[in-house]
Amino acid sequence: MTANGWVQIFVFFAAVVVVTKPLGDFMYRVLEGGNHFLRRPLGWLERLVLRACRVDGREQSWQAYALGLLAFSAFTMIVTYAIQRLQHVLPFNPQGLPPVAAGCAFNTAASFTTNTNWQGYAGETTMSYLSQMAGLAWHNFISAAAGIAVAVALARGLTRRGEGQGPGAVGNLWVDLTRATVYILLPLSLAFALLFVSQGMIQNLSSYREVATLEGGKQVIAMGPVASQEVIKQLGTNGGGFFNANAAHPFENPNPLTNFLSMFLIFAIPAGLTWVFGRMARDQRQGWALFCAMGLLFFAGVMTVYWAETGGNPAVGAAHIDQGLGNMEGKEVRFGVASSALYATVTTDASCGAVNAMHDSFTPLGGLVLLFNIQLGEVVFGGVGAGLYGILVMAILSVFIAGLMVGRTPEYLGKKIETREVKLAMLYVLIFPLLILALAAWSAVAPYGRSSLANAGPHGLSEILYAFTSAAGNNGSAFAGLNANTPWYNVALGFTMLAGRFWMMVPALAIAGTLAGKKSAPPGAGTLPTTGPLFAGLLVGVILIVGALTFFPALSLSPIVEHFLAQAGRVF
Amino acid sequence: MGEKGVRAISAWEGPLLRAALLDSVRKLDPRLLVRNPVMFVVEVGSVLTTLLWVRDLAAPSAGAAPPWFAGQVALWLWFTVLFANFAEALAEGRGKAQAAALRGLRKETVARRIVEGREERVAASSLRKDDIVVVETGQVIPGDGEVIEGIASVDESAMTGESAPVIRESGGDRSSVTGGTKVLSDRIVVRIGVNPGESFLDRMINLVEGAKRQKTPNEIALHVLLAGMTIIFLIACVTLVPFGMYSGLRLSVTVIVALLVCLIPTTIGGLISAIGIAGMDRLIRHNVIPTSGRAVEAAGDVDTILLDKTGTITLGNRMASEFLAAPGVRVEELADAAQLASLADETPEGRSIVVLAKERHGLRGRDLKQPEAHFVPFSAQTRMSGCDLDGRVIRKGAFDAIKRHVAALGGRVPGEVEQAVAAIAKTGGTPLAVSDGPRVLGVVHLKDIVKGGLKERFARFRAMGLRTVMITGDNPLTAAAIAAEAGVDDFLAEATPEMKLALIRGEQAQGKLVAMTGDGTNDAPALAQADVAIAMNTGTQAAKEAGNMVDLDSNPTKLLEVVEVGKQLLMTRGCLTTFSIANDVAKYFAILPAMFMAVFPQIAPLNVMRLASPQTAILSAVIFNALIIVLLIPLALRGVRYRPLGAAALLRRSLLIYGAGGVVAPFLGIKLIDVALSLVRPG
Repeated sequence: MTANGWVQIFVFFAAVVVVTKPLGDFMYRVLEGGNHFLRRPLGWLERLVLRACRVDGREQSWQAYALGLLAFSAFTMIVTYAIQRLQHVLPFNPQGLPPVAAGCAFNTAASFTTNTNWQGYAGETTMSYLSQMAGLAWHNFISAAAGIAVAVALARGLTRRGEGQGPGAVGNLWVDLTRATVYILLPLSLAFALLFVSQGMIQNLSSYREVATLEGGKQVIAMGPVASQEVIKQLGTNGGGFFNANAAHPFENPNPLTNFLSMFLIFAIPAGLTWVFGRMARDQRQGWALFCAMGLLFFAGVMTVYWAETGGNPAVGAAHIDQGLGNMEGKEVRFGVASSALYATVTTDASCGAVNAMHDSFTPLGGLVLLFNIQLGEVVFGGVGAGLYGILVMAILSVFIAGLMVGRTPEYLGKKIETREVKLAMLYVLIFPLLILALAAWSAVAPYGRSSLANAGPHGLSEILYAFTSAAGNNGSAFAGLNANTPWYNVALGFTMLAGRFWMMVPALAIAGTLAGKKSAPPGAGTLPTTGPLFAGLLVGVILIVGALTFFPALSLSPIVEHFLAQAGRVF
Repeated sequence: MGEKGVRAISAWEGPLLRAALLDSVRKLDPRLLVRNPVMFVVEVGSVLTTLLWVRDLAAPSAGAAPPWFAGQVALWLWFTVLFANFAEALAEGRGKAQAAALRGLRKETVARRIVEGREERVAASSLRKDDIVVVETGQVIPGDGEVIEGIASVDESAMTGESAPVIRESGGDRSSVTGGTKVLSDRIVVRIGVNPGESFLDRMINLVEGAKRQKTPNEIALHVLLAGMTIIFLIACVTLVPFGMYSGLRLSVTVIVALLVCLIPTTIGGLISAIGIAGMDRLIRHNVIPTSGRAVEAAGDVDTILLDKTGTITLGNRMASEFLAAPGVRVEELADAAQLASLADETPEGRSIVVLAKERHGLRGRDLKQPEAHFVPFSAQTRMSGCDLDGRVIRKGAFDAIKRHVAALGGRVPGEVEQAVAAIAKTGGTPLAVSDGPRVLGVVHLKDIVKGGLKERFARFRAMGLRTVMITGDNPLTAAAIAAEAGVDDFLAEATPEMKLALIRGEQAQGKLVAMTGDGTNDAPALAQADVAIAMNTGTQAAKEAGNMVDLDSNPTKLLEVVEVGKQLLMTRGCLTTFSIANDVAKYFAILPAMFMAVFPQIAPLNVMRLASPQTAILSAVIFNALIIVLLIPLALRGVRYRPLGAAALLRRSLLIYGAGGVVAPFLGIKLIDVALSLVRPG
């Protein structure tokens, strides 16, 4: 572990802390319909979209909000499926790529609709430019906007004191989606795309170049509108690479500055949303408590990964190969161990899934942290919006248990947490182990599940577990040793992604609805404070314990036992 | 608060213990157990492991776990269920014993029913609502009702444990009588207020017995949490079988069930209903009878407490504390006149004037049997009382009443007296003017005497995050002074029943829960509106029906205990839930390495407790899991100690004891059991 490595980690986090307030303030104004500097230049666009869609802007009940979201997502998923299947007859296909196979097209449509960006295909050999732009990048915007929408709806439910339009109103889905896209995602993407292009990221619609290499051989170099897709891939915590190598590809991640900015963009909106929550709660400390809990988990993760990767692989060490740089297998030499450890932690914390190194090649303990980061429920900053509503559900559970311990019916922001909220929160928490453990266990014993494995033993199990964890957590990164482009994995993972997104969004919205209709009691000396280090620590404890208790048995048969075997000299 | 009468019954007495043991077996009935999802899962696991053990005994298979091990696991799983049942049975047992004692009171009495003017003798149990009965000296009142004629002293010790007889009379706020109590003197006519089976005694029996116990809202929410966790662990444990198959591990069902039972929150699951029953029981031992468990829980949530000034904050009566003479009048003259005006006044205020005059000025009560003395009693119209003696017209009364009185006689009030009156009112006292003919002699300062120790009590409330509001009919000035002296947070002066109701609704509109006590019929609407409403047993039937608790001691300051019992109930649940979940960490470290050791011996470092063998490791965890329930029964019954600290301090404390303690304790416990087991079974 080097000073340079630590400086990278701390400078990165400092940048996230700095951006939280200004971005959060701006997003609060946008989402709650206040005044902001983009209202004048871009207001016409918002009005145009809403008028064209005949949206009256009236607030909706949670049911209407959720139903709208499901219908919207289903519709956009079908469009993306159709584009992929018809790309050979559609324009912007200079390579003349054939239609995407049905299973893969379904999986990809599900993957981009759910903000997962799991990729069972290689971008440059599968997707036409139209599929990339209209099918995939488009989803990167709207799925991120959908996450933001659900998060603000839940935040409204928690923080409203009767000022909504009617009891139980949580906002208008179409207005939230439009505002998030028009004012937040589009302008930021435009600005950063230009910055990325200036750093050498490509942006064109040309056909692939064939170049002569120094050895006199020939190499095809893939082209495409990369920069425009790259920004929203990070900003919207989508993670789907234009190329198969994702952010390890020099056209997707040309230099350390773009690498740094990529990570920064991943955390920017999730961090800013904690500030939005604080503004809505009329108490910034409420937002900071969530931020601190997230920050604590982030540091715990990144330190462990950095430490594990620096330690290297005992088997390589046994072969008397110098490991002064740490475990460099699967890492870009341009970035090295520290930057890769940081990037991998950020991308798994935030359900992004973009990678600048191959997670499959991390040491068992490093890989364990990445896997566990996702299994915590993608609440460490988390997906755009998903992180906030995820951690709010965990906060509700924490408040319930801790609230009892102070001798009152638990309250969060003055709203009583009762049977219905606990039921919905447990439903939310249950879906995760159900999807991950049940389907991974099935795949581990079914012949069609095991035949995809490139590695045997505990590492193979890690690969299966990681695939379902990544899908359920809408992360999208992978332990690449698993060939997931098979009928079983395309369908099972596609289903997992859809369930991991919508089966969790609906309970979150239901909680928003029931809380929005509740009276809010002012806090007193007898109410549990949900600010300050005690609560942040409690929240971290609950998140860790729920995650650990759920996944410890499965993890102990995969990365944990792999670690002990590696120490004893057995590798897979 | 003493534990009186029939209610002081210990849970640990021999017969109760035996009954509880028997009950815990009876409660194995799955139809009963299914109400508690966590323990139901344990029972299913017990059946499963027992069947497997029997099968392995009958036809030993090669890969099966050794029978001594499988048998032990099955046995301890059964114990886990039995211990949980025992906790519940023990908690119920205390209530049942009390119910039996109460039922003794319901022995068949004969009622003298009046039908169309004629008296007939019928069984008390056949009385219906609105029947009229007569009760005389030495007879037992046959049912709950209201005195409509007469006055009597009644021995209510059977209900309240209070041996001093109480007065019951028709009209007013002391008209309600309870079935099973005994008339000691005189004769009353009672209108029965309830139908058979609905009487206060019946309700009390049902309640203490837990016969109609329903899960309370918070208990249901906790059950949902526990059921959810049980499902999560079910998934984690069941999927371990295929994961094991992938890894070349054959995990026996016995081991998986053992892991599952250790992980699911059996500690809180086993004790949750005992905690609820014991909470109710604690309240009953404070002589407060809740009409539902819901009310007990709500007591823990109370934000605002409304307290009547009279009787609660101040001693029922104002006392004379000072004579303030008008200019040109000697104090002795004023004291003499005040005493004369009060000699026939049997109210405590009147008596206190007589006493003060005697103490301060040596004036002895004179013999007023003289024929020329004519006493004028207090009336609501004149708002004065006094006497006419030797042609003197001596009056005492409210200042404005005396002012009108002397004005009518051609006198006038000196400015100094007006100032004295204002000064007294400002300090919260009540000025009582005294006049002799048209002359105003001065003012008597009547002072409210605030009960001792209240300030500390209210400070305790404040530390708990509760706001106290004093309700009084006094003017705002008086109210403010008393409020300041007593240390309440706020007051409502010149209160009418409507204002009281509006105050409660206002607090509730802000999302707050309100508690109050009351006894009069005019309190009934407010009692019905309040979230926690304690009716005094001496109060009217209407008040008792409107409230959701009845205080048999009729002690309004008991709200504090009620709130604490409510908080204790929730805290005990929360702390044991935390403890239960925290325990799982150690159990994982005990069981998982033991399960995987056969195929992955390299995992040995995870066996941090250095447990002797895989079998003893698993068995130790299972035994610990069962024994911890028994060890925590006393805590569940007694409740976690409540301290009036702020919520943050309380949480820090509980997290330290039950969270951190819950992580550490099983490491020690499991290790100890493992050591013991390996001593018993070397090798």
